[in-house]
Amino acid sequence: MSTEFEITDTLDVTGLNCPMPVVKTKQTVDGLAQNAILEVVASDPGSIPDIDGWAQSTAGVELLDQIEGDDVYKHYVRKAE
Amino acid sequence: MSTDTQPSAQSVDLADLQQQVESLRSDLADLEEQDETKRMTIIATKGSLDMAYPPLILASTAAAFDWDVTVFHTFWGLDILHEEKSKKLKLSAVGNPSMPMPNALAAVPGMDALATRMLARKIDENGTASIQELLDLSLESGVELQACGMTMDLMGYDAEDLYDGVTTHVGAATALQHMADADIQLLV
Repeated sequence: MSTEFEITDTLDVTGLNCPMPVVKTKQTVDGLAQNAILEVVASDPGSIPDIDGWAQSTAGVELLDQIEGDDVYKHYVRKAE
Repeated sequence: MSTDTQPSAQSVDLADLQQQVESLRSDLADLEEQDETKRMTIIATKGSLDMAYPPLILASTAAAFDWDVTVFHTFWGLDILHEEKSKKLKLSAVGNPSMPMPNALAAVPGMDALATRMLARKIDENGTASIQELLDLSLESGVELQACGMTMDLMGYDAEDLYDGVTTHVGAATALQHMADADIQLLV
């Protein structure tokens, strides 16, 4: 599917396993400007439920989309209020 | 009780009750505010390579959720915070039912080193973070890593032996205070 938002930053966590995709995403988001949209590229299939769960229970982040490809899992996180 | 004293007693009680309700409302508002931040306390008591992971993985992940996290390290769990020893944590081959060998063979000298090398290689191949990475991430993200004072003395560890950023010489009473307020308490 095509994304209808503008990616401002990208984080590559391919090759990293739990809990690094979530932990690195959080660290990166903390350093971004308000409304920045971070694309997280992961190879860990567990990053799909993990980043979803993390975004749901963490203030200031909004998960816009998740895309499952062949061994690649992409997540789009917006830094919210 | 005579009937003529009842109305005045009731009116006093009503004012008193109103005041109590106001006070309770204000306490409730304070509690609701505090409740927004979840708190977790983990007690790390083991210093083998496999047992060092769960506390640090949960702590660093909880910090990513903006939780208030404390890990209280005691007995062998102190080795996780020890700059030298944390780099040489071992896996025990003996008494480990997951090892593909009988205990008699696992007890042969060099087997622990072999089992440790095997796990270390798997950790690397699997893209699993190292203990040092998880420690750094935990400290960077505000996890409070506490070293039990009594076991520091018992093991002969000084504050300088432990990583910078570790809270040293923590007592059981301090650990209990955080546990009492925590939503999650785990013993590893």
